[in-house]
Amino acid sequence: MDIHEYQAKEILRDAGVPVPRGGRATTPEQAGHTAAALGGAAWVVKAQVHSGGRGEAGGVTLCRSEAEVREAAAGLIGTRLVTCQTGAAGKPVDSVWVEAATEIARELYIGLVLDRTEERAMLVASAEGGMEIEELAARAPEALHRRAIDPATGLRDFEARELAFALGLTGAQVAQMVAILGACYRAWRESDATMLEINPLVVTGAGDLVALDAKMSVDGNALFRRPRIAELRDAAQEDPRERAAADHGLAYVGLDGDIGCIINGAGLAMATMDMIQLAGGAPANFLDIGGGASPERVAQAFRTVLADPNVGVVLVNIFAGINRCDWVAEGVVQACRELGLTQPVVVRLSGTNVEEGRRILRASGLPLVTADTLAEAAEAAVAARAQRAA
Amino acid sequence: MAILIDETTKVLVQGMSGRIGRFHAEEMIEHGTDVVAGVTPGKGGETVLGRPVFDTVRAAVTATGAEASLIFVPPAAAADAIMEAADAGIRTAVCVTDGLPAQDMMEVKRFLLRYPEERRMRLIGPNCAGVISPGKGFLGIMPPHIYLSGRVGIVGRSGTLGYEAASQMAALGLGVSTSVGIGGDPINGSSFRDVLALFEADPETDAVLMIGEIGGPQEADAAEWARAHMTKPVAAYIAGLSAPKGRQMGHAGAIVSAFGESAQEKVEILTRAGITVAPHPSAMGETVARMLDARAAA
Repeated sequence: MDIHEYQAKEILRDAGVPVPRGGRATTPEQAGHTAAALGGAAWVVKAQVHSGGRGEAGGVTLCRSEAEVREAAAGLIGTRLVTCQTGAAGKPVDSVWVEAATEIARELYIGLVLDRTEERAMLVASAEGGMEIEELAARAPEALHRRAIDPATGLRDFEARELAFALGLTGAQVAQMVAILGACYRAWRESDATMLEINPLVVTGAGDLVALDAKMSVDGNALFRRPRIAELRDAAQEDPRERAAADHGLAYVGLDGDIGCIINGAGLAMATMDMIQLAGGAPANFLDIGGGASPERVAQAFRTVLADPNVGVVLVNIFAGINRCDWVAEGVVQACRELGLTQPVVVRLSGTNVEEGRRILRASGLPLVTADTLAEAAEAAVAARAQRAA
Repeated sequence: MAILIDETTKVLVQGMSGRIGRFHAEEMIEHGTDVVAGVTPGKGGETVLGRPVFDTVRAAVTATGAEASLIFVPPAAAADAIMEAADAGIRTAVCVTDGLPAQDMMEVKRFLLRYPEERRMRLIGPNCAGVISPGKGFLGIMPPHIYLSGRVGIVGRSGTLGYEAASQMAALGLGVSTSVGIGGDPINGSSFRDVLALFEADPETDAVLMIGEIGGPQEADAAEWARAHMTKPVAAYIAGLSAPKGRQMGHAGAIVSAFGESAQEKVEILTRAGITVAPHPSAMGETVARMLDARAAA
């Protein structure tokens, strides 16, 4: 689960990381008042959306008067920000973060990620902050310093110190960096984060370290023990179809194609999508119906898939293990009747009680297309789509 | 002897008193698995399916000599249950539970290093279908009747895609020595490479089918290991050729977030390592068959 910059900065500030003074505003007037209350002569207005690349997309503005702050906020709040990461639809800007502008002498990068090779938290740091880390990794991998953290001991001061010196920090900055890295690791652990990025971490004109930006993702599987983090969820930033599906316990990802997919198991779902593509079609979605495909669940899966107006055909592919094909078949028949489906439906059942399942589909009198193999199912779905479009 | 489990393996079930644990324990017993006990804290002294239930894994191991454990414990307590099994001397544990926090798995992996290699527990999963040696026994939730007994090992992340592969193979008369589901989480107990090494050493396995997917470094790592160390032929399929970058596809670990993690890149890496990659998921069985024919002809 992603959280907003202002939320991540609050978590970091509470952990002991210096962040610029600022406030969140949901109206241009509030943004103006926030700037006035902060004082000073320059402010930064930043769109709060769950995406990187906000600066390039026009979501971050440096302002030199209260009027400019109000104007910048008015240009962002209520709009959708399209960045290189959001797709064409963009993400809604419901608020902005207004903070006192910081004089920047140097930009650094620090991040904590869950490293799947080390299977530990990996601290990543670079003396060149400000640009996307992927770009830096591709352009100058030797400029990245990496250190895996032992979960039994946590980050030790000497490890942080080595990094601080490697980044070219001197004097009081070294102790500041050790404190910041320690605080970041604590925040990462105590939030059950999977990613925490401060880019840039700046050296100010006065020589102090300040976290100018903050990005954080937390582990959805750990929210049960992080009630305060769970409250930071902003459903408006999520795809409404994916949100509705998740509320029903279905894993759903909307895609650009027109063949709706209802499948049990994530791997089989991806494989079925691949098969559709190979047959010349395009999947409209990923959907894992999970174990126990009861008639209610099957009906809910159909509703989720058909909420996408592009869907012209539905392909159901269930490999029944503990499930039974006859139950799944009954669920499909019931769902088709209840929802008064007009789109063609291709069903491929395999596994436990498959003969009985196929008999139920045939006996229903519904215009269902049945298939025996994965390849046949994908080809039938693509053919049905072509026929319908013609 | 196949790998990880056979008809002689004494199995206990952590969480056997629960509805799901009991259901699957019953299936396992029906198909010849030697389930000797259950463990549910607070239910020690009770009996489930005619087997004694113990309060702790240690008590169960002491009383029954159990060497493998199937863990059906809710996500919040699963890491603890895994560590308890490791400490009590269990050799192989399969954790079926989906939804363990990633940082809990970080701690589990660190905890397992406490023990010297010769007594370190091998963990399969979490978030997996388990392990089956057809006709001998199984530790997990798979439908045992779809597997034919034979000499090809299967290792994959997904449960149902593994079933699909086994049934494609069965339709061609090809049987399985052991099928291992390593699970869909970003940090898991055993990797593709770990399981390939077990198959390489198993005299009852002649070839391996590896079923990977987008996300993570494990398929590339396994390919490199297979190129350098395996004498047995390996076929593979990688799911997610049509999956968009940066989106999580169901499994917590199925997300492309670095170079080399897309299905296309993994197919290239595997092919370069001499692994026969099935062109599509409907061709997993025939790819294994063709590889075995080529090996027999050589």
